[in-house]
Amino acid sequence: MNDAPDIHPELFPILKSVPDPEIPVLSIIDLGIVRKAELKSDKALVDITPTYSGCPAMDVIGDDIEKALKENGYDSKINLILAPAWTTDWMTDEGKTALKKYGIAPPTDSVSDKKALLGEERIIECPHCGSRNTKLVSQFASTACKAMFKCDDCLETFDYFKCLI
Amino acid sequence: MKSKELSHYIFGIADNALILGQRLSELCGHGPTLETDIALTNIALDLLGQTRTYYQYIANLSTDGLTEDDVAFLRKEREYRNVLLVEQPNTDFAYIIIRQYFFDVFHYMFLKELQKSKDVSLVAIANKSIKEVGYHFQFSGDWVKRLGDGTDESHQKAQQALNDLWVFTDELFHTSEIDKSIIESGIGVETTSFKENYYIQISNLLKEATLDVPEIQYFQEGGKQGIHSEHMGYILAEMQHMQRTYPNMKW
Repeated sequence: MNDAPDIHPELFPILKSVPDPEIPVLSIIDLGIVRKAELKSDKALVDITPTYSGCPAMDVIGDDIEKALKENGYDSKINLILAPAWTTDWMTDEGKTALKKYGIAPPTDSVSDKKALLGEERIIECPHCGSRNTKLVSQFASTACKAMFKCDDCLETFDYFKCLI
Repeated sequence: MKSKELSHYIFGIADNALILGQRLSELCGHGPTLETDIALTNIALDLLGQTRTYYQYIANLSTDGLTEDDVAFLRKEREYRNVLLVEQPNTDFAYIIIRQYFFDVFHYMFLKELQKSKDVSLVAIANKSIKEVGYHFQFSGDWVKRLGDGTDESHQKAQQALNDLWVFTDELFHTSEIDKSIIESGIGVETTSFKENYYIQISNLLKEATLDVPEIQYFQEGGKQGIHSEHMGYILAEMQHMQRTYPNMKW
């Protein structure tokens, strides 16, 4: 995939250790919001992109990256970029597994996503019991990037991370 | 391209998102149900996020050191270019949904065209925003159907809101003389290109929702020239309160 992020190997483990403030089991690398990280005369230049335009976590993420890099001896400059626009396709498989374990159903492919969000098919897997007998409760949940579902087998509600493609 | 003209044009897009976002954020904690409360405030957040990217761009274009906060909080009523539709009050849930649906369909079609702009920054904002707006009109469209084809009361209220708000739809497509120059240069969007399609799409959904499409031919306008309805002053009074009371305060 040509849109794989370009991250300097020295900076990778540091960035990998920075969690998303709202979903702390997910590293910002797994979320796919770090698009580029390079070293220029000992200064780390990091490009990040927001998941959603209004994502209130971006400032915090920027600060967290700066702090983590500082602790490892790097000065840094964080740059917020808009293009190309973030997509859930950039979320790593490791990230998707972590989400599910955390109780949030990870994004599926766009076709299934549309069917699920239109209430046409029961396909989103409940992260609690694994059943697909689930239905949409609301297209928006605790954050703009998630929808709310209910499992008709274990009767629990859960968040589903919507596809953004 | 002169940056002043371009800023004028961008205000015509961004101010709609700001004022509707502000209107929707009034519902935080007051939505009719928890799910709709959260949905509407999430939409508000998307719109405010989009507004910020436009305003940051305007701030970059400015030669006199404007910041995005100046642009949002220190303009006067006449300087806002939002359409009258988005400043209409949250009379009841039907008004909120019908207003949202009228705007969302326009917004989606507009951004689709803006993706072809010659201005790379606007293309980037459009590419980002359109993904979010797709979810907005799915939400509002679903609710129009649910209200229209729901109970007698919900049908009657939806029809009332529809009749009252219909007169504000035409203004979405209006352009100023300066806008026209931006459109001619290939940066702006020729709104007439999708106007017919807009009315077809909303009429089809309204019919599906068993609602009557109003036959009113009179349309209200003014917001795009800065001539707003009385509601606008109240919105700004609340939105600008902190910055007016404590000048230069920082969040």
